[in-house]
Amino acid sequence: MKNALTALWLAFLASIPLWMANPYVLHILVVTGIFIVAAMSLNLLLGYAGQLSLGHVAFFGVGAYTSALVSLGFSAQIAPGMVAAMDPKPVWSAMAAAILVAGAFGWFIGKLAFKVRGAYFVIVSISFAEVVRLVAVNWVELTQGPMALNNIPPLTLWLPGLGEHAFWKKPENYWLVLAVAVISYIVIRRLVHSRAGRAMIALRENEPLATSVGIDVTRYLVLTTVVSAAIAGAAGALYAHYVRIVDPDVFLFIYTVTMVIMVVTGGKGTLAGPIVGGLIFGLLPETLRAFAIKPEAQWIVYGVLMVMVVYFLPEGIVPAACQWWQRRQASVAAAAAASPSRPAQ
Amino acid sequence: MTRAPLLDVKGLTICFGGLVAIDGVSLEVQEGEVLSLIGPNGAGKTTAFNAITGYLAPSAGEIRFRGARLNGLKPNHIAELGLVRTFQKTSVFGGRSVLENILIGLHLRSRQQPLAIMFGLPSVAREERELEAEARRILEFAGLAARAGELGSALPYGEQRLLEIAVALAAKPQLLLLDEPVSGMNPVETESFMAKLAEIRVLGITVLLVEHDMRMVMGVSDRIVCLNQGRVIASGTPAEIRRDPEVIRAFLGERYARAQS
Repeated sequence: MKNALTALWLAFLASIPLWMANPYVLHILVVTGIFIVAAMSLNLLLGYAGQLSLGHVAFFGVGAYTSALVSLGFSAQIAPGMVAAMDPKPVWSAMAAAILVAGAFGWFIGKLAFKVRGAYFVIVSISFAEVVRLVAVNWVELTQGPMALNNIPPLTLWLPGLGEHAFWKKPENYWLVLAVAVISYIVIRRLVHSRAGRAMIALRENEPLATSVGIDVTRYLVLTTVVSAAIAGAAGALYAHYVRIVDPDVFLFIYTVTMVIMVVTGGKGTLAGPIVGGLIFGLLPETLRAFAIKPEAQWIVYGVLMVMVVYFLPEGIVPAACQWWQRRQASVAAAAAASPSRPAQ
Repeated sequence: MTRAPLLDVKGLTICFGGLVAIDGVSLEVQEGEVLSLIGPNGAGKTTAFNAITGYLAPSAGEIRFRGARLNGLKPNHIAELGLVRTFQKTSVFGGRSVLENILIGLHLRSRQQPLAIMFGLPSVAREERELEAEARRILEFAGLAARAGELGSALPYGEQRLLEIAVALAAKPQLLLLDEPVSGMNPVETESFMAKLAEIRVLGITVLLVEHDMRMVMGVSDRIVCLNQGRVIASGTPAEIRRDPEVIRAFLGERYARAQS
């Protein structure tokens, strides 16, 4: 039953480009999908391991830049007399490099998270993102700075029946993002329902108790940040090869905020939370645009809705919906238990 | 007794700034026994516990478990060696189900690696099934089987304390350190807990107990060590401790001790 529903839902999502001819709508869906992948990765760190990283966009941006640079090739001086250079590489390997490099940054941040916790970690993570942004702005030789990296090739993949295929069109990119989202979802679901996920949850819920049963807090914090950063890096790579231009604005704080909003309103620490939150807050601005008399109005409505969700459903939409459903089931069961006794009397 | 002790604490000293909380405490726990640590409030019992399990760094002294030095090890390493503790303040994973609490406790008994998990290897699923079966056995032992699906925080107080011990047992301790396990329990719950402790002993687990409930301490301990103001003032069998004038003075005051003699 549950599997059938999932399959149906996936089939519906996969069918959208077949009947949706409007390229603008597809574009919005692709960008929202990329942000949902990033939000899912943040959820692993924020929702499961309980670490608020306000520098999550750094992993996204590092992924975008790495993938762009590897696919374009680069040549830059790292030290006097030392030049790092690379010829353009196939785009699929650029995306793999993006995942690895973002994961390496995640390892570094995970080590830091063990030394500094709570509010200090929040500050360190913001600073980390800002430092990466400044590097992207100022290391012009490598990143072109504010001039941006242009003409990034679209992703190419070897596909059965198609051979080496480049993802130029919107529907193809939509399916690509959907595939990456499904893979990320499966990886995260496996992780949280395993020994590793239980260790993350344990250290979020009660760290002294977690260590008392032998859970190595450093190890699992690092594992979480590495996986989380790698998935965010994959999302960044998708973004780079879809919009085909990367500038230092990918590191803007507002993108981290958007991810946090998606996770928190959807329900942090739930698998469906970032998807529901991402769909609502990714598509809402565009939907509101159709109704707004003035452009300012859509952002006011957006803000009011966000405040209302946080105020009335502090746990997030998904946990609230689950509770409502359980209560309903319980009352239906109670009614069913009460009614058959009547004819018997 | 000539056998090497399971836990050997020598000259343990812990200072918080200028305050000496523990002052040269030595004690030995023999394999298979129940040793109780008693003493008035502030005697340093929980502090000693925290030092043995790696939550506090000792200022001086040496702690050895089966001959291996524990000083400087992290709590999770000490748990890996087989020393598992509970906490004075009830400590469970309140937001998770009772079964999940035990599954978290089984952490050290599972072998799955991150990559195997992410690739969804069949060995992971097999181990998860084994772990769940083991968790249900532990809940059965603790008498919490009927509560498996409930949230940890939804259990009544006495059962939360049982759950806490069940989580510790899941980590497969050789030496179980219990910090005031029956504080706040009613006499009936305490009685049934004492029976449970006897069953834990049968499993071959050595117990180091910190407790205020004297009826329980006298009932379950093989030996008792009494602390006062950070020093060991007496040690011996329950009968010896009950008669010891130092102990009586520490617990009941100078005048009471004089009246007795």
